[in-house]
Amino acid sequence: MQQHPLIAILNRLGTFALVMIALSIMIFVLARVVPGDPARMALGPAATQEQVDALRGQMGLDKPLAVQYLDYIGKALHGDLGFSLVSQRPVTTDLAQTVPATVELVLVSVIFMFLVAIPLGVITAHYRDRPLDHIGRILSLTGVTIPSFLFAITLQLLAARFLSGWPIIGRLDHSLGWHGGPTGFILIDGMLAGRFDVVLDALKHLALPAFALSMAGIGQITRITRSSMIENQRKDHVLTLQSFGLPERVIIFRYLLKLSSIAPLTIMGLEFASLIGNAFVIEMVFAWGGFASYGLNAILQKDLNAVTAVVLVAGLFFIVANLIVDVLISIIDPRLRRKEAR
Amino acid sequence: MADMKMLEPTDRGLSAGYMMWYRFSRNPAAVIGSLILLSVLILAVFAPWLTPYPKHIGAVVDFRARHMPPDLEHWFGTDKAGRDIFSRTIFGLRVSLLLVIGVLGISVPVGTVLGLIAGYFGGWTEKLISGLTNVMLAMPPLVMALAVSNLLEPTLTNAMIAITLLWWTWHARLIYSVSKSIASEDYIEAARLAGAGPLHILFREILPNCVSVISVKTTLDAAFVILFGATLSFLGFGVKPPTPDLGSMVADGRQFMPDFWWEVLCPGAAVLYVTLGFNLLGDGLRDMFDVES
Repeated sequence: MQQHPLIAILNRLGTFALVMIALSIMIFVLARVVPGDPARMALGPAATQEQVDALRGQMGLDKPLAVQYLDYIGKALHGDLGFSLVSQRPVTTDLAQTVPATVELVLVSVIFMFLVAIPLGVITAHYRDRPLDHIGRILSLTGVTIPSFLFAITLQLLAARFLSGWPIIGRLDHSLGWHGGPTGFILIDGMLAGRFDVVLDALKHLALPAFALSMAGIGQITRITRSSMIENQRKDHVLTLQSFGLPERVIIFRYLLKLSSIAPLTIMGLEFASLIGNAFVIEMVFAWGGFASYGLNAILQKDLNAVTAVVLVAGLFFIVANLIVDVLISIIDPRLRRKEAR
Repeated sequence: MADMKMLEPTDRGLSAGYMMWYRFSRNPAAVIGSLILLSVLILAVFAPWLTPYPKHIGAVVDFRARHMPPDLEHWFGTDKAGRDIFSRTIFGLRVSLLLVIGVLGISVPVGTVLGLIAGYFGGWTEKLISGLTNVMLAMPPLVMALAVSNLLEPTLTNAMIAITLLWWTWHARLIYSVSKSIASEDYIEAARLAGAGPLHILFREILPNCVSVISVKTTLDAAFVILFGATLSFLGFGVKPPTPDLGSMVADGRQFMPDFWWEVLCPGAAVLYVTLGFNLLGDGLRDMFDVES
């Protein structure tokens, strides 16, 4: 049964490739059976039938669906996702401009999520059924139940009322005269350029949306961490450590937490899809101008190439997140390296 | 904990129904959750009689009363057209509940049956169904729902279709894991040896053992469906105006922030109230049935 970790990860990569293929077929078919002719939509009602037919030919819409799909995939693998009918630019150019903003937001939220939720889970498990536990549980219940748009708007209202001057929309203050850098991540570019005023301002802009985006995850991860800490407390090896007289702090942070971080990590991977979904709401409320805003706009405008690309990139985000989770878990839990990775 | 168990009326030969009621009534989360849901249900069903301004769910305009803050006459204030937000919120609950019934009414049975089949038969059926669910789970549900409901037409029915298309996968996945572990139990083997057909085994032997898992999951899911529907309509993919819908009411009110905050917070709080009810009930049921999430 011994399986090399590399093989396990390759196995996993194979599954993910299959998922991507299926996802691409599904969204491709979905985008092509739409009622309404994308060529007609692009040209507007004033265009003649010949112009529409010409564009259809140019877009390859007159070929069979399977051929269209293979064409699309072939080009996509070479980094060509077609033209956006709305922005009139290659979709890859649009994505390169918008994806970093979203990745920055999502990464900061995920870091924040774990920084808050894991300690909260440990505390509530430790003080089980005591006041601190109840407070923590109410907090996590709120996180799970509150609609993300309501929480985001409430944060904005509170900031506008009590923190005058705190930015509540956008990524950066325009008066700083910042024109972007090589990576598109303001935090990284700002540091590379030595513009710490920019970094600081970007962090201020990030605080509210990142908090809003992480709220649902904080609720879930706190719950899972708590229940998994409580469950693992009864494990034999933990009892053994206790009977050896190890200080409780050492047991909790050195042994118990390690064991109990597997479940929250797994959940995080699975929940990543809904995190990206929530990014659509958060980006809209905070006028973030990232990939999710682009996607929302593309969907509203029925910009087919852009919609297809957005769904594929969102799926890719999910897969990358789950790969990272897999690697992290196999580092934490040596048992999993032997069994079939899952 | 052991002495607590002694107090339970198991040994006194009371009925299973009474046992359930006993454990339910001693679970604060479940009781509060069901009281919340009961109030929501009553409000939604009897909305035309319980709301002060039932006419305001239509295209009523009363400019003298626009943007009024909450007071005794208008508990939740009024909106940009002078309509009573309390009345509209109560009617908005109807849309939310209809969405839950529509989505879960289809996706729970479909997911359950597919999960049962995949778990019991194994082999190719298992590979096919679990492969399909894995693919569906990799799609951001909101993105897919937006894409589907917009490629069709942004209406409540289409939002419902879009959500349903994705939702069954979570149930299929859960029931699959439960049914797979039950399928290897001895009594299933015994039933098979006794000549029971697959239909009998699936629905009379395995399914009853999944009921607690299904009910907990469905209750918690109802909250997610409501959040999801409200989010969709907040983003502009909901019920057509002037029909009141909680998500689009929040979106409308957002234009008048921060001055007329009640137009955002009151319908938003209504969503929170319902999701809280389902979550509390779901958590309570989970404790009662002692099932793991």
